[in-house]
Amino acid sequence: MIAAIWAWLTSPESWSGSDGIGARLLQHLGYSALVVAIAAAIGVPLGLWVGHTGRGKWLVSAANAARAVPTLGLLFALALWVGPFIPGKAAFLVPSVIALVLLAIPPILAGTYAGVEAVDPAARDAARGMGMRPAQVLWRVELPCALPLLWSGVRSAVLQVIATATIAAYIGLGGLGRFLIDGLAAGNYVQTAGGAVLVSALALVVDGVFALAQKVIVSPGLTGGGPAGSGRWGRPRVRREIVLAPGKPGEASGVVPTTSA
Amino acid sequence: MIRFDAVTKEYPGGSVAVDGLTLTIPTGEVTVLVGPSGCGKTTSLRMINRMIEPTRGLITIDGTSVLDLDAATLRRGIGYVIQHAGLFPHRTVLENIATVPRLLGWDKGRARTAAMDWLERVGLSDELAHRYPAQLSGGQQQRVGVARALAADPPILLMDEPFSAVDPVVRQQLQAELLRLQAELQKTIVFVTHDIDEALLLGNQVAVMRVGGRLAQVDSPQDLLARPVDDFVADFLGRDRGIRSLSFTGMPRLPLHSERTLALGERPEQGSPRWMLVVEEGQPLGWVEPERLGSGAVELSDLNRSGVVAAISASPREALDAALSSPTGRGVIVDETGEFLGTVRASDVIALLEAERATS
Ligand SMILES: Nc1ncnc2c1ncn2[C@@H]1O[C@H](COP(=O)(O)OP(=O)(O)OP(=O)(O)O)[C@@H](O)[C@H]1O
Ligand SMILES: [Mg+2]
Repeated sequence: MIAAIWAWLTSPESWSGSDGIGARLLQHLGYSALVVAIAAAIGVPLGLWVGHTGRGKWLVSAANAARAVPTLGLLFALALWVGPFIPGKAAFLVPSVIALVLLAIPPILAGTYAGVEAVDPAARDAARGMGMRPAQVLWRVELPCALPLLWSGVRSAVLQVIATATIAAYIGLGGLGRFLIDGLAAGNYVQTAGGAVLVSALALVVDGVFALAQKVIVSPGLTGGGPAGSGRWGRPRVRREIVLAPGKPGEASGVVPTTSA
Repeated sequence: MIRFDAVTKEYPGGSVAVDGLTLTIPTGEVTVLVGPSGCGKTTSLRMINRMIEPTRGLITIDGTSVLDLDAATLRRGIGYVIQHAGLFPHRTVLENIATVPRLLGWDKGRARTAAMDWLERVGLSDELAHRYPAQLSGGQQQRVGVARALAADPPILLMDEPFSAVDPVVRQQLQAELLRLQAELQKTIVFVTHDIDEALLLGNQVAVMRVGGRLAQVDSPQDLLARPVDDFVADFLGRDRGIRSLSFTGMPRLPLHSERTLALGERPEQGSPRWMLVVEEGQPLGWVEPERLGSGAVELSDLNRSGVVAAISASPREALDAALSSPTGRGVIVDETGEFLGTVRASDVIALLEAERATS
């Protein structure tokens, strides 16, 4: 079986063509990027606003509660309700994108909000006291300080979206999910398993890229790094991050503070 | 000059944090607001830069009501230092210090040069410039906080318990540095603390507040110690008021006695006094008991260095302390370069102080 999967994954035929691995991989990546971009465009500003003003905290709770809605059920419901009003191929695309965006918003929103919330009140007070205007406090202090948690939220969303985008294949859309659905339908378990392997591998690689990006965009002052050779021991600090709770794979839990050195 | 004119701050819910405060804060001097926890010190301070808006009354800076100015513009012209420094964790020390200059639109180069300059003036090495706040000790962070507040050279500095989160040794260093900086800069400083000793040490003028946000007394440290207006102020000043007031009393010329001295490696002659002072190149090193040396020469290990050495410019309190702490009862007095001048006795200091009091 493993040999068969390996053979399928490595044969040039399975990679070529409009329904080959190459094309499906790109589609999958494309959907995921679109979904995460939309979710971030909604979740990040909303999280910043809630964190900065301290108003609308119920939004974060509501978004967390909405995670209980099963994505697959939501997808079918949207396809039935919304699909008929949308012409052409978009009739399939729009419901999947909406369902996945709704899945991706909660971790991004929660991460952004938690990040702003965790900003040292003394730093915020000093920023105001030195004459920063509210927008300057937000852009120059709150957002950069919130980045570690914000980015954890985004990474968590990316993983979930890549894993869950497979279900879009149920309503006739492309992506790596096609291998799973079509493989199941045709009794081709090699293809099904191969598709699952591809989804996992894609998730790992993309998460690795995001981890590298984090090093670039997050100030070393927030991660305990800093110029080398400062001649001091590192100091243990409380760091909060988004943790995936055990349970359904790919379903994130809320924001859990963890202490790590 | 900053003036509070019948300023009251009521928080929603009716709690009165500051009640009818009228106070003049003179330019170029340190005014300390002191009082028990919750008496409205922070609230009063933060009304100056409009971090809090008064409910009633008027606060003016050089005659202009602070409410007539744009809040952000006002704050950029007033240095602000808080208890836990509140440094920006994502910015380097240098970037932190350059914050206000950058807000004021200075170009990067000029802001960096100013920041480097202030880093040095608050007593930090330029090696720290590119560290992040998490890599500094609490005392270093507080110094950076002070440098950041001063970077654009504002005429006014507000400090809210800036030294209360560091250990006593570092606190003393920071207090001394602030006094040194202030002698040079002559800013109008409003300093909040709940530590009366800190208040008496730093303030040209000390305003004691009582719970309920009312002013109990404003005076110079001397006058406060000499004439507390009521039991609350007296209790707040604490014990040892007579002794502590000696820190602020001027000392007439100290009556110095000469001493028989020895150098290291010398042998005392027969018939030496019980205690002799060991002096090397003019610097006093410690006391020695010739009798205990036998016939040997004086070595470093023979010295008794338990006493405190005072400078000739010292207050009566320090001179008295030098005498009382000395194993001989004679306090060692040096000049500004540490050169030995003579010794004083406690009884002489007391006699002088009593004579002084009798004539005044
Ligand atoms: N935002 C607020 N809402 C309601 N009451 C407040 C608020 N801030 C302060 N107070 C109250 O106002 C009073 C004065 O507070 P303030 O912070 O000025 O005291 P403080 O003298 O600085 O005390 P401390 O030495 O503990 O810092 C306190 O009784 C406090 O409970
Ligand atoms: Mg306070």
